[in-house]
Parts: sequence; structure tokens; C-alpha cells
Amino acid sequence: MPADALAHGLRRLGAGAINAVSRLGYSTRFFAVVLMHSPAAFRRTRLTMREIYFAGTLSLVIIMVSGLFVGMVLGLQGYDSLNKYGAGESLGIFVGLSLVRELGPVVAGLLFASRAGSAITAEIGLMKTTEQLAAMEMMAVDPLARIVAPRFWGGVISMPLLAALFSMMGVFGAYLVGVRLIGVDSGAFWGNMRAAIEFWPDITNGIIKSVVFGVAVSLIAVFEGYDAKPTAEGVSSATTRTVVGASLAILALDFILTVFMFRGLGR
Amino acid sequence: MNRSAIDLWVGIFVAIGLAAIVFLALKVGNLTSFNTDASYRLDARFDNIGGLKVRAPVKAAGVVVGRVDRIRLDPKTYEAVVGLKIDNGYQFTKDSIASILTSGLLGEVYIGIDAGGDTVMLADGGTIAKTQSAVVLEKLIGQFLFDKASNAGSGK
Repeated sequence: MPADALAHGLRRLGAGAINAVSRLGYSTRFFAVVLMHSPAAFRRTRLTMREIYFAGTLSLVIIMVSGLFVGMVLGLQGYDSLNKYGAGESLGIFVGLSLVRELGPVVAGLLFASRAGSAITAEIGLMKTTEQLAAMEMMAVDPLARIVAPRFWGGVISMPLLAALFSMMGVFGAYLVGVRLIGVDSGAFWGNMRAAIEFWPDITNGIIKSVVFGVAVSLIAVFEGYDAKPTAEGVSSATTRTVVGASLAILALDFILTVFMFRGLGR
Repeated sequence: MNRSAIDLWVGIFVAIGLAAIVFLALKVGNLTSFNTDASYRLDARFDNIGGLKVRAPVKAAGVVVGRVDRIRLDPKTYEAVVGLKIDNGYQFTKDSIASILTSGLLGEVYIGIDAGGDTVMLADGGTIAKTQSAVVLEKLIGQFLFDKASNAGSGK
């Protein structure tokens, strides 16, 4: 009997591993197919514009408000810690570097995954459930070119802009708290920040990160939607998988990118 | 929502986003202050570089004229060889003195260049012959204590 239970456990482990690898391969192939269909998304700019509107413009409020609050909290906490070492004037460096390098892309990416990514998955999944995708294929309209590619590129284009906005609002929030409320010298705040933060590599690396996160979140969102089981339950679990998977992907990719980008700077 | 309204909102969104990137580049970062493309290389050898790091600024009379490009140890002489990238707009005389300085007690470590009176300028790939090493605080304190002790000894 224990041998049976062991064999059963091993079979389940094996099935899980095969399933994971095959989904990984399927999603990679899906990525390649989406890229192949991308020229159609740019030929019909109207479709992509609509998706930028839904993914980007409608995310403006949540991104800007969150950025402002994150920046204000950073200002308070950063000043509290830095002031212990008499370095309260360095608040600008602390806030600017943490926002531009890490918090801007990562937190904007997480918000983007939960706001826009889940919506994309639910929309495509519901289209599949109600057989709209099948109907399109019947009419010789390729749903990959018509539905998937514009949503993918809408997300990829929106994400870096949202991350930059998040960072900007964060710096502004820290300025409000640090300079206006606490009374750090305005010249020291901006001057130290500008002296310590380089356009290359600090800001460009932040932009590269946000582009990578945009690709990852958008790909996971369209893939989960396209791959969803065509039932109400399937769409709901696909939406959950999008948010969870995209968030984990952002954090893991962030670590990998950070290792490559900032490994050599501290020496 | 009709097409022109969507175009308008997307336009506003993209414009705000690009403005944010420009804001980060100009106001938060220092894109304007130093251009690394037009630069030439100089070497400087130090006995001790203290806490000098790659990308630290090189200053002449307090003005940033370049960056530290790389730091390595000469395996024969055990000197630190610091590669500097200097903006093409600035030339330094052959008898310039490079010294490792710190701005404030806890501030950043940088290289200061004091120009001399020579008429020959350093060319690309040249070496600054006269250097002044970093002041290592521990050594300084050690020396101070040692002097105190020897003074007290001789006073008796």
C-alpha cells in the first residue's frame, strides 16, 4: 500500500511537471505568434489606440494617486531614518533613487497587472466563453490579429508611461512632505537628487524595467485569457492566475534585472 | 465612446507620460550636466584610494569635469591605477596634481585636479604623474595618538 501511495504521488508530481513545462512552451509559442500578428495591430492603429485608452488612460488615476501616496510615505519614513544620521538633506537622493530604480516600475507594474491585466484576461476569456473568438474565425477574421495583438501592444506601450508617471508623482509627493511639511531645504532636496541620479544608467534602467514588465504582464494577461476554460469558473480562475502570475513574474524579473543592472555599481 | 474622443484621451495620456519621462530626465536625473560621449582618458596612480568608487566625479576647482571610469591594482607596484574620463572641453597641464578628497565628513569621495603651470597638456591616455592619496581616517587617528604618546614620553 505505501508503494502504491508513493507511485500515486510520483505520478501526480510528474503530471504537474509535464503540465507546467507544456504551458511554458505553449505560452512561449503564443508569444511568438502574437509578435507575428503584431504588424496587423499597428496597421489598424485604431484598435491599438482603443486598448491604450483602456489599459493606460483609465489607469491614470490609480497610478497617480498611488504614486503620490507612496512618495509621501517615502518622504516621511526616509526623513525619519536619514535624520538619525544627520543626513536629512539626502532625502531627495533616497526618494529619487528608490522610485526611479525600483518602486516606480515594480509598484506601477503590480497595479497595472491588477487593474488592466485582469480586465484583459476577463474580456478575452469571456469572448472565448461566448464563442465570439470562434465566430470570428468562421468569418475569416483572425482573433489573434484583431483581439490579442492590439491588447498586448496597448499594454506594452502604456506600462513605461505609467511607471514614469508613478515615479514623477512619487517624487512630487516626497517633495510635498519633505520640503513643504518637514522643512528640508528645497535646494538641497533637488540638488542632491540631481547630483546623485544619472539619466544613464539610473533612469534608463528604470525605463527598461518597465518595458520588460509591460511585456510580461500583457503577455500573461492575453495568454491566460486566450487559454481560459470556456466556462464562468474558467474565466474567473484565469483572471486570478493573471494577477498572481503577473505579480510573481514582475517581482522575479525585477530581481533578475536588478542583478544585471546594478551589480557593478556598488564597488 | 467615439473614435476622436478615444484619440484625444490617448493623446493626453501619452503626452503626460512623455512629460513624466522628460521630468525624470531633466529634474530628477542630470541629463544635461555631463555628456560622456566626448571625452578622453587619463590615468592616475595612487598609493591608496580610500573609498573612491567607479563613477565618482572628477572635479577641478569644484567643477565636475569628468568621471572615474575604472579602478584596478597594478600587480607589480601595488599601486591603484584609476582611469579617468575627462570631458573633451577641458585640458590639463602635464604637472597637474590629482588628489583624492572627500566633500564633508560623510560626503562623497571624489578626485580633485589642480592644474599646474606647465605649457604641455596631457593627451588622451596620458598619466597624471603627481598624485596625493586619500586620507585614511584610521591612519590619521593612529598617527595623532602616536605623536601624543611620544610627546608625553619626551616631556618627562
